[in-house]
Amino acid sequence: MPSSALKTHKFKWDFWKTVTLVILLLFAVFLVYPLFMLFLSGFKDSETQLWTMGNFAKFFGKRYYYGALKNSFLLTICVTALTILIGTPLAYFMTTCKIKGKGIIEILIIVSMMSPAFIGAYSWVLLCGRNGSVTKFFANLGIHTPSIYGFGGMLLVFTLKLYPFIYMYVCGAMKKIDVALSEAAESLGCNGIKKVATIIVPLITPTVFAGGLLVFMNALADFGTPMLIGEGYLTMPTLIYTEFINETGGEANFAAAMAAIMVLVTAVIFIAQKYFVNKKSFTMSSLRPIQPKQVHGIKNVLIHAFIYLVVGLAILPQLTVVYTSFLNTNRAVFLEGYSLNSYRMIIDNLGRAVKNTYLFGLIAIAIIVILGMFIAYIATRKRNVFTAIIDTVTMFPYIIPGSVLGITLLLAFNHKPLLLSGTAIIMIISFVVRRLPYTLRSSAAILYQISPSMEEASISLGASPVKTFFKITASLMMPGVLSGAILSWITVINELGSSVILFTGKTVTMSVAIYQEVIRASYGTAAALATILTATTVISLLIFFKLTGSKEISL
Amino acid sequence: MSVSIGINNVIKKYGDTTVIPDLSVQIKNGEFFTLLGPSGCGKTTLLRMIAGFNSIEGGTIQFDGTVINDVDAHKRNIGMVFQSYAIFPHMTVRENVEYGLKLRKESKESMKKKVDDILRVVRISEYQDRLPQNLSGGQQQRVALARAIVIHPSVLLMDEPLSNLDAKLRIEMRSAIREVQDQVGITTVYVTHDQEEALAISDRIAVMKLGIIQQVGAPESIYTRPANVFVSTFIGHSNLFHAKVSRGGSTPAIVFADGYRVEMPNLCDGAQEGQDVVVSVRPEEFSIQPGMKAKVRSKTFLGKYTNYVLEFAGGMVLPGQPSIEFSQDLGHAERLYNVGDTIELKPNAAKINVFTEDQEQSLIKDVKKYA
Repeated sequence: MPSSALKTHKFKWDFWKTVTLVILLLFAVFLVYPLFMLFLSGFKDSETQLWTMGNFAKFFGKRYYYGALKNSFLLTICVTALTILIGTPLAYFMTTCKIKGKGIIEILIIVSMMSPAFIGAYSWVLLCGRNGSVTKFFANLGIHTPSIYGFGGMLLVFTLKLYPFIYMYVCGAMKKIDVALSEAAESLGCNGIKKVATIIVPLITPTVFAGGLLVFMNALADFGTPMLIGEGYLTMPTLIYTEFINETGGEANFAAAMAAIMVLVTAVIFIAQKYFVNKKSFTMSSLRPIQPKQVHGIKNVLIHAFIYLVVGLAILPQLTVVYTSFLNTNRAVFLEGYSLNSYRMIIDNLGRAVKNTYLFGLIAIAIIVILGMFIAYIATRKRNVFTAIIDTVTMFPYIIPGSVLGITLLLAFNHKPLLLSGTAIIMIISFVVRRLPYTLRSSAAILYQISPSMEEASISLGASPVKTFFKITASLMMPGVLSGAILSWITVINELGSSVILFTGKTVTMSVAIYQEVIRASYGTAAALATILTATTVISLLIFFKLTGSKEISL
Repeated sequence: MSVSIGINNVIKKYGDTTVIPDLSVQIKNGEFFTLLGPSGCGKTTLLRMIAGFNSIEGGTIQFDGTVINDVDAHKRNIGMVFQSYAIFPHMTVRENVEYGLKLRKESKESMKKKVDDILRVVRISEYQDRLPQNLSGGQQQRVALARAIVIHPSVLLMDEPLSNLDAKLRIEMRSAIREVQDQVGITTVYVTHDQEEALAISDRIAVMKLGIIQQVGAPESIYTRPANVFVSTFIGHSNLFHAKVSRGGSTPAIVFADGYRVEMPNLCDGAQEGQDVVVSVRPEEFSIQPGMKAKVRSKTFLGKYTNYVLEFAGGMVLPGQPSIEFSQDLGHAERLYNVGDTIELKPNAAKINVFTEDQEQSLIKDVKKYA
């Protein structure tokens, strides 16, 4: 008999170790290294390139600068509170009451969520701006309407754009509440408002906070809206952008320092929220979900009025944009009559933006899907130190605002040997880094539901582990991958924050072009571009709904 | 096609914890071999080492004498049936069964024939175009079995395949599995924690505890002549008594704590005068005859027999046993007893087992640990 002496475990080089290594390298080069460079340059003097704390001193020394941070927080907190106040009852009514036109309302909510905030901002300018149709209408009647510019306008735009996040999260949680819980409360003599307050509210609170975080991060990081209608109300992303792009010699180091401050702040908030939610969360599963009931009388009217008003206001910007895209225009002035002139001008002058958006978007989404599946697989199935690092690093983009990522990549790749600035590659890299998490999270979520014995069965039947991944695991993962990829795709084609920093004339995309056209007050072409973008978004969503047979997307 | 499996001094470690310290067992070609033990005893770990899903930290596993330690799982030509069935949900029943054959580049005609045959053997031909989600648990289990067998594996490995089925279906599938195995004659290693299932289905059983094999043998010998107290109590119920060996008379005997004496001609020569021993008596090995006195504490009527829970005088039985039981076969019972009655019971000397005081060894002649 052979001796039972311990053999040292042989290290075998296999497919997954190669994948791990390649992904580790990619993240090191395109995320960790640039972020590291950003922090470093925040500590350097822009003229002498010597180490200094001067940039930070400058930021906290001048009210103009630190005021922007305060502004950002004030606005974001108000937006988060307001979206919770609107989104939560909306979700509650939509799941517990019979609502007329529920199917259409659900789609409208998703569409208003998916279209970028700055398009909303821009069409509110068309409506309520200084020359807006609503403003003029009331001015003719001698009524002075409140300004859309500044704090109030941004609060309106952000709230209408972001309440769907709360709505979707709370709907998800409401679906998991078993009707028996509600019935148990009633049997114990608890009903009406009291039941909602003591049973429903505590059950959905963790979900509301999770949705609130998403709203908070989105509002804090948004760049387009404050640029378009912020005017005097300066926020961090706009401040960073203007300092960086500044035509009188960009203050890259100062911008980097501010970006570092912002990343730090968002990281702290993100971690704190995770900590509190994890402490408070519980799992629910329902056999019998709550069924919508018919409500009668004045209550029914009020509920319907509330829902239609909110959803109507949220979708109004999209309708305005589509309508104005068919108007005759002369730059900022809309003329009599309808035509396709705006679209013709796009084909003549801005065809490249449309082509770039689809081309870069498709390349990015292909990379996102492949990376998302591989990373999800190694992080859940091949747990080790390296895959854990990858898993953590992929969370970074959640806390990095788009404009900050743009600056980060630009600072890191504007010299040899990795001279990427101005190329399509750097645009695609920013898309992938920024929108990979959606696909990754939902791919990982579905992997947890696939039993490892499924793969072992395939291996035992003679398929190699790699073959098994492609023949079995990948197919089983598809529904989860798709539902994440749709979100990645839609946010990629609508990306503005990082693109506006990274683009050049050759690599301009639709969202950047819209932004530029609005700044130049070419409202006709802006509207036409926005319409194409919105149409792409809606069609993508519809195809996705058709493919998966559900009306849900995972956030 | 089928092979014998040699497991020699195998070691399994997870980090610093040793799950299997040193295990050897030989599985014959074509036999139905069961690994039985409580959860955490290492039986599934061992099965997965044979399959190639767990690494081997020491020793060797051989198929027909060839060491397979470093052969990748997908090249070992094994058929495996999982506790969760692991039927591919995106393929029909037929596609599931074809999967392994396609990987083996089987020709269209021979694949069709093989699949048709196996579907008939496991009786699922009528469901072949359905998706697995439309099948019951028992049907899914049959698909899993067909898929594993159709590739003519060298060994068939089954990891608690029946534990997700309800009691009635479990018994039905148990005989179905045995029947199929008899027809195809593949060496089968079967893992279960259900001793009744193991007794019913196996050619031989290995009883495991904490990564160590306690006894290997045919179901009857494991039940009637357990090699140690663990096996005797894990398989079926056993009442454990304190006793001493007495070699005074012409035949050796054991004397219980109350002085009751039972002559045991089959006591091995190692049992010495005055030695403290543990006597294991199964509930059905008692009969109502003059012997040891016990009080009836509760009774359960079970149709074919009545089960009494007994109380013996202090010091008679080993402490910490779940219950001391006597099964009265109702086909031959003269009278039934009530709670509170005192009865006299005589253990059947030809059936009961005697173990050393440390409970590790049987003192009955010719009891083998590995058979």
